[in-house]
Amino acid sequence: MQVNAEALEQTPLLDIQSLLFQYPRGSFQLKVPELKLSKGEKVAVIGPSGSGKTTLLNLIAGIYLPDHGSVQIDGQLISRLNDAARRDFRITRIGFVFQDFQLLDYLTIRDNILYPYRISRALKLDASVRQRVESLADNMGISDKLDRRIHSLSQGEKQRAAICRAMLTNPDLILADEATGNLDPDNKTHILDLLFQNVDQNDAGLLAVTHDHELLDRFDRVIDFNTFRSAS
Amino acid sequence: MRQSFYLSWQYLIFNRIKFGILVACVTLIAFMPLALHILLNESEQQLRARAVDTPLLLGRQGSALDLVMNSLYFDDEVPELITHRAVNDIENNGLAYAVPLYVRFEARGFPIIGTSLDYFQYRGLRLAQGRMLGLLGEAVIGAEVAKRLDIEPGNSLVSSPENLFDIAGIYPLKIKVVGVLKHSNSADDLGVFVDLKTAWVIQGLGHGHEDLEKTRDSSVILKREQGRVTANAKLTHYTEINQNNINSFHFHGDLSAYPLTALLVIPRDKKSGTLLRGRYIEDDRYQLIRPAEVVDGLMENIFRIKYVIDAVMIIVGLTTILAVILVFILSLRLRQSEISTMFRMGGSRMTLVQMLAAEILIIVMVSALLNMMLLTMVSQYSNELVRLLIF
Repeated sequence: MQVNAEALEQTPLLDIQSLLFQYPRGSFQLKVPELKLSKGEKVAVIGPSGSGKTTLLNLIAGIYLPDHGSVQIDGQLISRLNDAARRDFRITRIGFVFQDFQLLDYLTIRDNILYPYRISRALKLDASVRQRVESLADNMGISDKLDRRIHSLSQGEKQRAAICRAMLTNPDLILADEATGNLDPDNKTHILDLLFQNVDQNDAGLLAVTHDHELLDRFDRVIDFNTFRSAS
Repeated sequence: MRQSFYLSWQYLIFNRIKFGILVACVTLIAFMPLALHILLNESEQQLRARAVDTPLLLGRQGSALDLVMNSLYFDDEVPELITHRAVNDIENNGLAYAVPLYVRFEARGFPIIGTSLDYFQYRGLRLAQGRMLGLLGEAVIGAEVAKRLDIEPGNSLVSSPENLFDIAGIYPLKIKVVGVLKHSNSADDLGVFVDLKTAWVIQGLGHGHEDLEKTRDSSVILKREQGRVTANAKLTHYTEINQNNINSFHFHGDLSAYPLTALLVIPRDKKSGTLLRGRYIEDDRYQLIRPAEVVDGLMENIFRIKYVIDAVMIIVGLTTILAVILVFILSLRLRQSEISTMFRMGGSRMTLVQMLAAEILIIVMVSALLNMMLLTMVSQYSNELVRLLIF
């Protein structure tokens, strides 16, 4: 694995310092001394179940607030924002890709992709957004399925729709939580290609939690939660 | 809010069964008491209108309600009978005139009303087809009777026997329909009107048979003495009144002793009515009542029952609302994954509240629309519905 040295020299897109988090009445404690991610960088996070990978994503997204330390995205200290501003920041600047897609069965693929625009006032749904849906879907090879509901789609197609949804807002940072976990090997590679392609196109950063060790060499860096040190 | 409406609408049309059940529940909660209210108001109006139009009613002492229901709405509960003599008793006073009513028999499920031509004039009934009663054995029928039985002038109706198991009973009489009345939106639409004498013929009090003086069949003669001929049961009685046999119909005894169910009493003025009531107040044979008072008493009881029904409806309504709330709570639990995704993406609690509010609003609006349609239909047909239910 190679570190993107050029990227590290830039102002980090994500900068975590001395992070400490503990669930209320819980014994689990997450400590992250330092974690940086630059624009265009693709980082994988590995570790056993229960080691706090998803918690870390939630802390980065501002869903949880750290007990100690700081999370900065593009220079913005997340903990300084109030609830509403954090939500607006999250929906406009961060894209989420989930392991089980989290697509809604009662909506068409088009409406699923447009979902962020329908749940937040921070995003304005207009003709250019609709055009971008067409373009993203075309790019992902699901343009002919936009008006279908999710039950008629394969697993790979569902994940492509989920990626379209995450990319629609042109986020600076993509957080992928086991994005390839439910896919067969061919689809895993293909979905990762599409994800990387979109990250590159948007010059975004990617932090992907994964259990797929065979995919790790595709990432710029791998963070192992067991030792919590950057492997290169 | 527009986006929340869009998402909620998509959710509801995807979950059509749940949506339909919720709409049906909410619709019924509102529809039942409102429809009941409309029907009760209409029934009150119909009952009262006819009762108010009938200033006084004379009948035998007994149930005033039976008397009113039979005389005004042709209910099949026959009150104690009075005699035709009562007509003279009333008219001899010079305070009122009387319209006799004999409502006792039926033809194909519709009441036969034996009366005089004054009845049609008093009730303002007009002919739509045919002519008025002229001869014995003729009938004029209400508009609904004509419609439901598909009968027009020239057709016939046969009276129904009072008791199917009375082998000694009188024969049914074939009645010729000569006229159809215009719609009056009252109980008159459902009546078969005949002359009083025709009603007595139906009862067997008047009859027609072959002339015993001219008969060739000697076996029908029981005895002949001093110009009187007595026949046995073999004598043929006519079951239809026509041009050939009408002259053979006759009544035995004093007609003033013949039965009636009631008299519509129309006083010359208010004072005459009051005087007349005073004269009958102590009478132990007759009751002279104001139908409006009886109907008011009946409505009071109906409305008392309505209050009980309203209370039951409120309890059922509250239970249904609780059940609907439970459905929403369970639905939220089922949608936990969707809600979690929404929060993780950047949706707020307010978005969730808006979505739920939009869902409830859509259900309530669709129910309200359905309710309006149903209630418009009920209002449109309340007249017929009430007549169907009450009369």
